[in-house]
Amino acid sequence: MAKKKEILRGAEIFCRALKDEGIKHLFGYPGGAVLHIYDELYKQDAVEHILVRHEQGATHAADGYARATGKPGVVLVTSGPGATNAVTGIATAFMDSIPLVVFTGQVSTHMIGNDAFQEVDAIGITRPCVKHNFLVKDVKDLAATIKKAFYIASSGRPGPVVVDIPKDVTADSCEYDYPKDIDLRSYRPVVKGHPGQIKKAAKLILSAEKPMIYSGGGVILSEASKELTEFSRLLGYPITNTLMGLGAFPATDKQFVGMLGMHGTYEANMGMHHCDVLIAIGARFDDRVTGDLEKFCPYAKIIQIDVDPSSIAKNVPVDVPIVGDVKHVLTDLISILKTEKDKPDAKALKEWWKQMHEWKALDCLKFDRATDVIKPQYVVEKLWELTKGDAYVTSDVGQHQMWAAQFYPFDKPRRWINSGGLGTMGFGLPAAMGVKLAFPDETVACISGEASLVMCIQELSTCLQYSTPIKILSLNNRYMGMVRQWQEFFYSSRYSSSYMEALPDFVKMAESYGHVGMRIEKTSDVEDAIKEALALKDRTVLMDFVTDQTENVYPMIAAGKGHHEMHLSTDTDRELA
Amino acid sequence: MRHILSLLMENEAGALSRVSGLFSARAYNIESLTVAPTEDPTVSRMTVVTSGSDQIIEQIGKQLNKLVDVIKVVDLNEYRHIERELMLIKLTAQKEYRDEAKRMVEIFRGRIIDVTENTYTIEMTGTGEKLDAFIEALDDSMILEVVRSGVSGISRGDKAIQS
Repeated sequence: MAKKKEILRGAEIFCRALKDEGIKHLFGYPGGAVLHIYDELYKQDAVEHILVRHEQGATHAADGYARATGKPGVVLVTSGPGATNAVTGIATAFMDSIPLVVFTGQVSTHMIGNDAFQEVDAIGITRPCVKHNFLVKDVKDLAATIKKAFYIASSGRPGPVVVDIPKDVTADSCEYDYPKDIDLRSYRPVVKGHPGQIKKAAKLILSAEKPMIYSGGGVILSEASKELTEFSRLLGYPITNTLMGLGAFPATDKQFVGMLGMHGTYEANMGMHHCDVLIAIGARFDDRVTGDLEKFCPYAKIIQIDVDPSSIAKNVPVDVPIVGDVKHVLTDLISILKTEKDKPDAKALKEWWKQMHEWKALDCLKFDRATDVIKPQYVVEKLWELTKGDAYVTSDVGQHQMWAAQFYPFDKPRRWINSGGLGTMGFGLPAAMGVKLAFPDETVACISGEASLVMCIQELSTCLQYSTPIKILSLNNRYMGMVRQWQEFFYSSRYSSSYMEALPDFVKMAESYGHVGMRIEKTSDVEDAIKEALALKDRTVLMDFVTDQTENVYPMIAAGKGHHEMHLSTDTDRELA
Repeated sequence: MRHILSLLMENEAGALSRVSGLFSARAYNIESLTVAPTEDPTVSRMTVVTSGSDQIIEQIGKQLNKLVDVIKVVDLNEYRHIERELMLIKLTAQKEYRDEAKRMVEIFRGRIIDVTENTYTIEMTGTGEKLDAFIEALDDSMILEVVRSGVSGISRGDKAIQS
């Protein structure tokens, strides 16, 4: 006999559904439309609610949590401004395909459309920056909608899903039944790749004389680092990662040629330009990666593996498209390569590596270590050394983000957490908080700049309240560094509004939030400061590094240029072909 | 090139705005868009007339398929197909013009569905081209009002698009 089902109120259903979904943390901020839910949260202890100080912080924290764990991050905000404040974080997750489920409160169903207090069309506003969204109009649909939201957010190409819940729905009651499985006739993501296409790809891969493996965030989302590493080692081909893909292949491995793209290494970009077969794995040919599409990989046949058909051949025509989950496709490719009689052309590969090493010998990431003024690259490098390359590192957006990507070689996936697609300043601090909640015993560092950091600085309070001792390294050059760099290069050094005047005293600021603040002004003090901060295991530390104001990120491909048209430094300012 | 895309989608609130929003957000052309429920009230059928290079049409198809509410997308250009559009048009039809107006409607196989002392209201179906031709054949000053439904399309023969 079927068990008699419980009758629960919508707010209770919400809490029970999260529990049944196995959710441990909920990032949120209360308000009128979600008060029934907050009342129920108060009565239970299965889900820990993390009270942020701004809804943007909630979405970034949940996002960091999701990127580090691979599980969906969960957010609860109120209607109106609660929802609009969350939009930046939702869009951030959308651009990087991060699974989030964001619950927004809504005014009661009979008030919708009446310009009620704190009413906003959350579904309409978020529609272009979510994978999908739902308005729950009847409490009977609530449990199934929550299930659908988690399923859609975390399957296929992941992404954020918004569930808008009117207040009366959280007060109404019905039988609680949380579905185990969901089948949507209109949504069935492809998993396995087409065997014929995979065979064709294998053949092309083995025929290459100058191959390049170009892998992106899709490998990390698909948990396919192991497969990517095996695949790459089996072939012995050079591999480059996108900004989003760093850590999917060990960066200290000799086959790794660095990140590619606008601020990628000379060897990675030259490899792209000259390769004859390009194997794109879970990467979407973003403009910051490709540069001028007309000049992109002019000699290459291209294989592209992606779970999202619309990513394939979106920007660049592809010779062998494979729609499928990267992990499955790589597994199939590996098994073909292992049984295949043909092997990679050893002689050609040797020549190709010789060329690679010549490019590498240029040492495109060199910087001046013999100065007393702190070089930002040096700070990142020291952090890498002192954390043995094994910290979780979040970043904000700009120069410091690029230096973090260049000078902290990640050997493991999900260690590097940054806003790649949307480029959201203010992401780093709340994201680090989310990561630390997921992994309380791991070192979590946030590499930021003084401009980005203040965009979500209020979350320092949350860090204190929930004891998430993160280490913030602010590379303070008193400029919006990347804006300044572009103004120097492309606007004859007219530094229009990129100078950060009237900065706060960051040490006092950290202290006023109950944390430890440090100001570091000399290169010789950098190492000790980081050591000291890392030793303070149970404290959040804000390290304010006063860095060289004029330092630029190199190499650089100007927007609209090709991979072979890199600038290597201000001194030489040469374009190499 | 002009393409007629047929979509089957969940008959959910907001489904239409997901499609129209996609076209505007990605700067795709949209010539006409019609939508109504099918024999299955949970499924809507939409016909979108759009234009673009092969690469853009391919992207439009993929992006539409990616929408969670969309069950199926078919490019009718890949099949032998029939397209029809409904037009309601109101003409001035005073004494001296009445016969001519009636003759024109007969030539174009339309039907007069409402009559007053001064006007005829006409119903006409056909391809967009035929409706255009009818409008062009009329004296501009006769036309009081035009309502067009946008194109609906269906494949010829035994093939059927089902959810």
